[in-house]
Amino acid sequence: MQNHYSLWKNISIILVFLISIIYSLPNLYGDDPSVQVSHIVNKLTQAQASDIESTIKNTGTPLKTFQFKDGRVLARLTNTDDQMKIADLLRDKMGNNYTVALNLAPTTPSWLQAIGAQAMYLGLDLRGGVHFLLEVDIDAAVKQAEERYNDDLRLALREAKIHYQNVSKDNGFIKVILKDTNDKAELLALLGKDFRGLTVTEPEAAEQVWLKISEADSREIKKSAVAQNMTTLRNRVNELGVAEPVIQQQGVNRIMVQLPGVQDTSRAKEILGTTATLEYRLVDTEHDVQQAVSGHPPIGSRLYYEKNGNPILLDKRIIITGDQIVDSASSSDDDGRPSVSISLNGIGASKMGKLTQVSIGKPMAVVFIEYKNETRIVNGEKVRHKEKVEKVISVATIQGVFSKRFQTTGLDSPQEARNLSLLLRAGALAAPVDIVEERTVGPSLGQDNIDKGMMSFLVGFALVVFFMAVYYKVFGLIANAALAFNVVIVVAILSMLQATLTLPGIAGIILTVGMSVDANVLIFERIKEEINNGNTPQSSIFSGYDKAFATILDSHFTNLVVAVVLFAFGTGSVKGFAVTLIIGILSSMFTAITGTRMIINWIYGNKHVEKLSI
Amino acid sequence: MKTTTINFIGNRHIALIFSGLLSFASIISLATQGLHMGIDFTGGTLIEVGYQQPADLNALRLKLDTEGFEDATVQNFGTAKDVLIRLKLQDGVSSADLSTKVLDTINKDVAQPASLRRVEFVGPQVGDDLAEDGFLALLYSSLAILVYIAWRFEWKFSLGAIIATFHDVIVTLGLFSILGLEFDLTVLAAVLALIGYSLNDTIVVYDRIRENFRALRDISTEEIMNISVNVTLSRTIMTSLTVLLVLVSLFFLGGQTIHNFSLVLLFGVFFGTYSSIFIASPAALMLGISPADLMIPVKDNSDIAHLP
Repeated sequence: MQNHYSLWKNISIILVFLISIIYSLPNLYGDDPSVQVSHIVNKLTQAQASDIESTIKNTGTPLKTFQFKDGRVLARLTNTDDQMKIADLLRDKMGNNYTVALNLAPTTPSWLQAIGAQAMYLGLDLRGGVHFLLEVDIDAAVKQAEERYNDDLRLALREAKIHYQNVSKDNGFIKVILKDTNDKAELLALLGKDFRGLTVTEPEAAEQVWLKISEADSREIKKSAVAQNMTTLRNRVNELGVAEPVIQQQGVNRIMVQLPGVQDTSRAKEILGTTATLEYRLVDTEHDVQQAVSGHPPIGSRLYYEKNGNPILLDKRIIITGDQIVDSASSSDDDGRPSVSISLNGIGASKMGKLTQVSIGKPMAVVFIEYKNETRIVNGEKVRHKEKVEKVISVATIQGVFSKRFQTTGLDSPQEARNLSLLLRAGALAAPVDIVEERTVGPSLGQDNIDKGMMSFLVGFALVVFFMAVYYKVFGLIANAALAFNVVIVVAILSMLQATLTLPGIAGIILTVGMSVDANVLIFERIKEEINNGNTPQSSIFSGYDKAFATILDSHFTNLVVAVVLFAFGTGSVKGFAVTLIIGILSSMFTAITGTRMIINWIYGNKHVEKLSI
Repeated sequence: MKTTTINFIGNRHIALIFSGLLSFASIISLATQGLHMGIDFTGGTLIEVGYQQPADLNALRLKLDTEGFEDATVQNFGTAKDVLIRLKLQDGVSSADLSTKVLDTINKDVAQPASLRRVEFVGPQVGDDLAEDGFLALLYSSLAILVYIAWRFEWKFSLGAIIATFHDVIVTLGLFSILGLEFDLTVLAAVLALIGYSLNDTIVVYDRIRENFRALRDISTEEIMNISVNVTLSRTIMTSLTVLLVLVSLFFLGGQTIHNFSLVLLFGVFFGTYSSIFIASPAALMLGISPADLMIPVKDNSDIAHLP
């Protein structure tokens, strides 16, 4: 039987159609601008929730729904201005231990949500938000590691009573100059035991040993520098209160951060872009600060300045760096004074333990280090470099022996304690980080783009449908049906895959509308030709599809190749375009060949037809 | 639509001269004026703001000058109320500060502050990376397609298709160069899509030629090509028409951000159609294509003739 599809084939095509419709439906439901309130660690109580609710109601802002579930509050509002207003209000009210996040809550009905149907994931150019690409200075991370090795080595040598003349960094090596060449064997043994990460070179001078961080160790340091930064960024982004942030590693040393819906971009940049790290050092109480101020710092100490401008001498040795701090919380100590309690990881704990055993009663300082980009004129040329800004943010007395957990006092106010603990908790960055790319889209432009995209799609679609119906008559209507089917499939697949839809992505869908007609045109023109050659309608249909098939395959394949290459090499919005193009091409092949054939078989199959309306 | 009988191949010289001139003009423009590269490739900062009333560009320029942003370019973007401010890469100033500073500058002493539409900052390294990626994308897709067509068709067809497509790309880039339009990432994506489309078109014609090479005997190569092009004419024009319809919709209604994108495709689809009809087949012809090229070579038995 010519032009007939078996029953199962017809059913499966219809099934595909129905499933596509169902999974495209969520896109018809819009999103509510909403505000989400949650506690950083605990759950909110009913009392708190009711309090928040009445606060909102008192402002007179129309509240769509108020939901208290899983210890969190979700307030749905009617527009983004209200959303911002309420978010700011709640942020001021709730304080630092609560997260107030802006959110776009979907209004998809629960039965759709149950089967996993969601609306398409909108890209930043449609939703508004911030996109950053950060580059981690992994070379700096390695240098920092060198410093730590330097200090640890000195400590280890002293403990092992190996006398050295000098341990310092020189030309990429850590050079150890021993006092007694007989100690060399002992030194090498120590290195082999505790300092495996360093490769040893023995130069001609017998009392010297040169050390360098091994390749493997260096790689590890670089990898963990990036990983550390990513964790820190995640914490910082949480503090910002953004729902659905995206943080991904890109390549060897880059991190991409996307914050949809963020309006206050300068605040975001402040929190993310400032590169900072922390250090704990002992205060040098033996020497005179003024001596350092006048330009002669004693050996073993460095001059720092506190927040209020007071000079202070700190020991050169770094005890703890920020990446060894695991947790912190602000509270008050036994006397009711504001304090910050800190937890360290294993390495930090052991170092702190050793130090505090010998330093009770001594003051310890927390140094806050920021890296800023500065340009200086050197010899008439602009030279760009990173300037390190170091400030002592807190000085506290060591009360007792501790290792893993301790309290830092000496803070001015509960507010200061909160700020410090926030900083520590969000984590200091292991290596400096630079913003190398930024794309911010304001919310108004986002909505604008959606509207324009929709409008050009509808108009384009209408034009094509009209044209096809007029020119190809009944077959034209069938092609239009396939076209609609095609769009529905593309939307459904995009929704199911949660692929990002961007403005060029919408353009890609529109392009697919134009190009998918092509396959149909190929078939129909072929059928026309067969009829003109004098074949019967039935056999014309059959050979039309048959002969056009190879051509369709060829032409769509080249488009596919280009789209795939675009996908591989594109980023951001261009990638979105490639995705819709690929899905559109595949889908149009399916609907044009199989979909239209099914309909035509229904209409013309197995019947005696005199003339085709084409 | 009855099959036409236009002598495309016989009159190919007119088309080739026309295309030659266009390509030449494009190349000259590209060599001298070059392409106006967007910040995606050069690095730099771009800030788009919107006002309630048509903006006073000169006042803005003055403000930016006094604050030290002398090399900032200020233009309208789409409508008189939207303004685009461009800044080249600056040593040592992070974008974080730059865009905030610029915004503060233009909003100083103003009754109603401008609303921020978007900010784009591309650092020098990323700009280089994107340019390199773009170039590689262009290269790999061209190579992949070359190989595919050579495999499906014959190498003379392959070369002919490449020439036709290359012509489309050159002329479209030439248009951008002459008009001084900005070439950014989305435009590059459009150029790649254009390559796909133009080849698509050309393949349909080649497909028919190949079929006719096998089916029709005792007719000259030229005649076969003519027939093939004429027969596929209605399909070629029909497809281009539908694509152009949607592109026109996109061009007028899609907004300023993808304006250049849709322009590339509009222009490119038009020329892609033209090149599929007027350039692709003559090019293959001039490379010496004939039905013989498609025939499976008959095994030469002379080497076993001497065996018993």
